Amino acid sequence: MHVALAQLVTGLSISAVLLLIALGLTFTFGQMRVINMAHGEFIMAGAYTAYMLQGPLGHQSLLVALPAAFVVAGAIGLVLERLLIRRLYGRPLDTLLVTWGVSLLLQQLARDLFGAPNVEVRAPTWLNGAVHVAGITIGANRLFIMAIVAVSVTAIWLYLTRSPQGRRTRAVVENRQLAACTGIATTTVDQRTFFIGSGLAGVAGVGITLLGSVGPTLGSNYLIDAFLVVVVGGLGQLRGAVLAAIGLGLLRAYVEYWSHASIARVVVFLVIVAFLQARPQGLFVLKTRSLQ
Amino acid sequence: MSLLLRGPRVAPGRSRRWWLGFGLAMVLLLVVAPVALSAFRLGLLSKYLCFAIVALGIDVAWGYGGMLTLGQGVFFGIGGYAMAMYMKLHQAGAGHLPDFMTWSGVSKLPLIWKPFRYAWVALPAAVLVPVALAVGLGYLIFRQRVRGAYFAILTQALAAAFAIWLVGEQGLTGGTNGLTNFHELLGFNLSDPANQRSLYFVVAGTLLGLFLLARALIQSRYGRLLVAVRDGEDRVRFLGYNPLVVKTLAFAFSAALAGLAGALFVPVVGIISPTLVDVVPSLELLIGVAVGGRGTLYGAIIGAVAVNWAKTGLSEHFASGWLYFQGALFVLVIVYAPGGMVGLWRKGRDAVVGRRTTRPTRTTRTERPEPVSARTVELTSAP
Repeated sequence: MHVALAQLVTGLSISAVLLLIALGLTFTFGQMRVINMAHGEFIMAGAYTAYMLQGPLGHQSLLVALPAAFVVAGAIGLVLERLLIRRLYGRPLDTLLVTWGVSLLLQQLARDLFGAPNVEVRAPTWLNGAVHVAGITIGANRLFIMAIVAVSVTAIWLYLTRSPQGRRTRAVVENRQLAACTGIATTTVDQRTFFIGSGLAGVAGVGITLLGSVGPTLGSNYLIDAFLVVVVGGLGQLRGAVLAAIGLGLLRAYVEYWSHASIARVVVFLVIVAFLQARPQGLFVLKTRSLQ
Repeated sequence: MSLLLRGPRVAPGRSRRWWLGFGLAMVLLLVVAPVALSAFRLGLLSKYLCFAIVALGIDVAWGYGGMLTLGQGVFFGIGGYAMAMYMKLHQAGAGHLPDFMTWSGVSKLPLIWKPFRYAWVALPAAVLVPVALAVGLGYLIFRQRVRGAYFAILTQALAAAFAIWLVGEQGLTGGTNGLTNFHELLGFNLSDPANQRSLYFVVAGTLLGLFLLARALIQSRYGRLLVAVRDGEDRVRFLGYNPLVVKTLAFAFSAALAGLAGALFVPVVGIISPTLVDVVPSLELLIGVAVGGRGTLYGAIIGAVAVNWAKTGLSEHFASGWLYFQGALFVLVIVYAPGGMVGLWRKGRDAVVGRRTTRPTRTTRTERPEPVSARTVELTSAP
């Protein structure tokens, strides 16, 4: 019982990070059909932003780093969208290859700028403690990450459901042509989505600095799992992403506990293939009358 | 079976030019290269040709079938490990364990290793296990009409999971170091330059043979169907064909080629390790196909050899330069020259000769914007 509860917390903290990364992916994928392999490097950019800020700002820099990483990663994402991805709309598989090239470039750039060895981001002292609940110990850093994610997801949900910009985003996700016909500037919506999605990856990067050291390939370690969250959750579905991230995170945590880490990935993969037999389009699907 | 009959005939002039080109390639690979290259460079070329075999399979699945497979490393790895397990066991001798198992404290030969004591099990397994895996996985994925990006993501996840599993199972697979230190294969001493040279001829001959096989497949009626599935899967279904069978076959073919290439790779290079089966090498093979020109078969081979040659050349001189170069190559080729080298050459030739392109290159056909209705279909879902 004890252990099961402890694994629950571990699983949820994996889920939290995955969710934050997957949110950006699910919207760029669902809305623009862009498979952004460079998304992992936005995470890295966020993490290095936190690293750069701790020099001048000292202990409490993490709180400044969160919004800063959002802007930095978002800006990189925006540049990428304007320079490259825009040329590739309608060629989803090609975006995958191009953004993978971009990801290689950015990784090597990070290696040249910050050096190949991993760097450490010092957490504020109030994050070094732990909380004891129901006989188990939860690291304050993990709680903090979960809190960041809860706030971000709520903010995204409010943005999508309550703001006019969010309404337009949903319209474009559902039917791009129809949205364009009603006068929505779809390119502006695309850019905004890309900015927010990349920015969230940056925030995730800051969160990840609390779990370990920062290196040039930091992001690519998380990217494939985040893509699986998108596949399981359904394209452009906030609810789907939340449920899928929690499900996959818990699955991985428990399988890792019962066997070991190397087999967990294989099990997760098999479970996903089995799951797609039941729901090939993911948990939540836009219902329409068109073919397929 | 009628699907494997010959497809529509090619114009005689083009066919003659094609055989001329093939003959030239044969002379280059089998006569010029062994004479002109040093033993070291010839060894490198053997390695590139192994990758070219994988690229050929990728071109059938991706260039012609539209299935972007990012997990060819898995099939390559299975082929490679099957061969390596046989060689390890043979080297250790009956009743003895391979060296790395003793180091990692394994005292009894794991069950899965046992059949690989025999060459007649290991060699077919290098091809048949990847095929079985591809058929099983392809059936499950394509049956539910999971396709496009989903397929790419799933194959990529498979490659990542496979590599992590290999690293984790130290005692079973040799872990991060993989399997290495081979001395002989089927009684031939691998450190003997003459045997390495013969190995080159085996690899080059296999590649040429498989190239002809792939071309026959593409030119058969099945090949036409494969392209049709790529360009309009639903229309093919409405015509009464089952795209599931068409796609699974092409995927299995590409897996067989990758497995065979893996089995050849191990004696040539002398190592198989998780870094060779991960996502990154799988993607590096794709860039080779894209650079050469997808949907042309010979473009894939040229591209794979050229990219790997460039990789060796560049990383010999400046290590970080290669990564910048590779990243830029990906971006530039896909964005500006989706037809690859073959596409550029065709364009250039047509410009020089002043002839209007009579037939669009195959890649431009892939990139043709889909009809609006089809694109909205993609966004939507099953009832």
